[in-house]
Amino acid sequence: MNDTSTSKTTDNKKAKIVEKTIPLNEVVISLYEAQDKIYPRSISGFFTNWRWVMIWLTQLFFYGVPWLNWGSRQALLFDLDAKRFYIFKLVLYPQDLIYLTAILIISALSLFLFTAIAGRLWCGYTCPQTVYTEIFLWIERKIEGDRAARMKLDTATMSSHKLAKKSAKHFVWIAFALWTGFTFVGYFTPIRELANEFRSLSMSPWETFWVCFYGFATYGNAGFMREQVCKYMCPYARFQSAMFDDDTLTVTYDEARGEPRGGRSRSVKEGTSALGSCIDCTLCVQVCPTGIDIRDGLQYECIGCGACADVCDTVMDKMGYARGLVKYSTQNAITNKWSRSQMMQRILRPRVIIYGAILALLITALLASLWFRTPFRVNVIRDRGVMARLADGGMLENVYRLQIMNGTESTQHYQLNASGIKDLAIEVDGTETNQTISVKPAESRWVSVRLEIPDGSIEPGSHRVEFEIKELDNNDSVVEKSVFLVPRY
Amino acid sequence: MSDFTGNFWPIFITVISLLGIFGCALLLWLTSKVKVVTTNGDNTSGHVWDEDLREMNNPLPRWWVGLFIITIVFSLLYLVAYPGLGTYKGELGWSQEKQYQQEMADANKALAPMYAKFAATPVEELSANPEAKAIGERLFMNNCAQCHGSDARGSRGFPNLTDHDWLHGGSAEKIHQTITGGRIGMMPPMAAAIGNEEDVKNVANYVLSLSASKHDASRAALGKEKFAICAACHGLEGKGNLDMGAPNLSDNVWLHGAGEAAIIRRINEGKTNQMPAQGEKFSPEQIHVLTAYVWGLSNKAN
Repeated sequence: MNDTSTSKTTDNKKAKIVEKTIPLNEVVISLYEAQDKIYPRSISGFFTNWRWVMIWLTQLFFYGVPWLNWGSRQALLFDLDAKRFYIFKLVLYPQDLIYLTAILIISALSLFLFTAIAGRLWCGYTCPQTVYTEIFLWIERKIEGDRAARMKLDTATMSSHKLAKKSAKHFVWIAFALWTGFTFVGYFTPIRELANEFRSLSMSPWETFWVCFYGFATYGNAGFMREQVCKYMCPYARFQSAMFDDDTLTVTYDEARGEPRGGRSRSVKEGTSALGSCIDCTLCVQVCPTGIDIRDGLQYECIGCGACADVCDTVMDKMGYARGLVKYSTQNAITNKWSRSQMMQRILRPRVIIYGAILALLITALLASLWFRTPFRVNVIRDRGVMARLADGGMLENVYRLQIMNGTESTQHYQLNASGIKDLAIEVDGTETNQTISVKPAESRWVSVRLEIPDGSIEPGSHRVEFEIKELDNNDSVVEKSVFLVPRY
Repeated sequence: MSDFTGNFWPIFITVISLLGIFGCALLLWLTSKVKVVTTNGDNTSGHVWDEDLREMNNPLPRWWVGLFIITIVFSLLYLVAYPGLGTYKGELGWSQEKQYQQEMADANKALAPMYAKFAATPVEELSANPEAKAIGERLFMNNCAQCHGSDARGSRGFPNLTDHDWLHGGSAEKIHQTITGGRIGMMPPMAAAIGNEEDVKNVANYVLSLSASKHDASRAALGKEKFAICAACHGLEGKGNLDMGAPNLSDNVWLHGAGEAAIIRRINEGKTNQMPAQGEKFSPEQIHVLTAYVWGLSNKAN
């Protein structure tokens, strides 16, 4: 005991001494870092073109769809006040939340599938953060110029020229952001009415708040926060590495081919000097929207946008070198020097097949369940006040309240029937002939229903009964269970 | 409960809340800078574990620090404006109760014009107004259906409101009175006045004969004379008395059970049945709408 404790003390002392012998390299550093503004250089190329295709597709959808009509209403509208969600032909209610769950699960699984195949496809091409940053960068570039011009403008002292450019940029940004906020609100409140209100400046306080809030979020995230969102705020950026494996396609620098890097004359042919293919032009760093150097290997900041691959290809073309020094490749392909087709063969691996199979199954299940969905719902509630009662003619009565919810957008007629006990008779209050109940479009109606049997015809206790509610025009029907109580007098 | 009415807890909560907020601010300040030993200037702290696992210094972005400061300032302003520190009421004087009363007042104000329109319409006309009917139905479901049933057809001991048999009258004014003031129906035990067990049985059979229910005709004939005692309230022909709330015995409505046994029990034991007054619960306009709804239940043709 004594021995060990002594040796521990001496260890500690030694450690202290060691620490004290190197105070020269000791520095005080701030743990709160100022954001270094990134000035991505503009590029064009295969992956950039794809990104613009995705930007157009997603944004045409986002800004366009709220203006589409279906019949006399907006085609896509999430009416939170009325708790009705219109999706083209469908009208969904809060009870249909299961569909939202299914859609979210399908989205998550699709994300897993794409990530397993080709890394951060979502991040690089379709994520709103990327898409809006790209749009805001485009506006910025049109007004302030490309990377070098922007850097010069930012370091220049304030002048009328700088002020004019900066205010023009922010004006366009804010206008675009407000349009985005307006469109967002247009998914929850009819957009044409909202447009009229906007024109006459008579939007409700909440509508104004949400337009401004969403607009502000767009302006702040796409104009200022940019890569900070991906680096520090996005949870998906951090957990998706769990979906990566050695066969996942990622934007990769071919180190074996590129190194040792170094500048050279354009006349030097590839492979004729001691240098590798990388001419160290740093363009891949200049175009990177997150400000990293892809040549340092796979990094968590990399959103997989492929900008460096595009720009490197143009440089390789100019040098007369083979393309693909920076390219989509896999860990296995790089280490084993696989050919492209060998690499592609590995795409169909168990993980991808399993994700794909589950995804296909879920999508099929969702579509089937939407297809076979009955467009109305029925709730049966036994009367709160009356357990059972004797009525005229020696009949024993039970009372039920039925809520019939018409999920369609036209008036529907329903017929009620009950079964389960011998001689069961049904009477419905306030019905038209033949136990027919009509319910107005997208409304619900409560009806009181009495079930009668001759008193004493069955033994006391609880008996199962079934209500069958048939929709007369389409012959859809719903069966709901309940109980019929016979009291012991 | 006494634990929460003393002085200790409000002070405890105040101290803990403020300490928490200032503690966060202190932590933010204390961790803003750190001394590190740089060995190679590659942004690592110099610590290496498990052969190649190195600790990097990845500082928190400064804007994130800004968010922390905003939350600290917000929480302090919040605690000044709203009740959060022990018994301190907050500068805005907000309370749950005030908000509830405000919301109720707002709702009543919004509904006032509609109720005013209803109040100006006579019950008979109002009962056909679909809007008033829907409101009346909701009022009925929430306040009356517990006893009278959601189809208003009642149950044993609770009158059916959809037929034309009324204990206290089915006119609009009478229904209004019943809802507002409630009713107490009282029949004293009559066995002693009528006589022995046989006499009671005879009277019961006479009562049954009034509605042409199943009865023993010879007993009914014997009971007729004794029925004179009952006639004081139920009338000579057993048609009942609306002013006293005495039920009509000549129809087939049996509030407390049909048949000889049930009637004998009523004669022997009497019955006190009460509908509680609802006047306090509703505004006069609501009672008006509810009256129209109940009146409409048995006057559908109109």
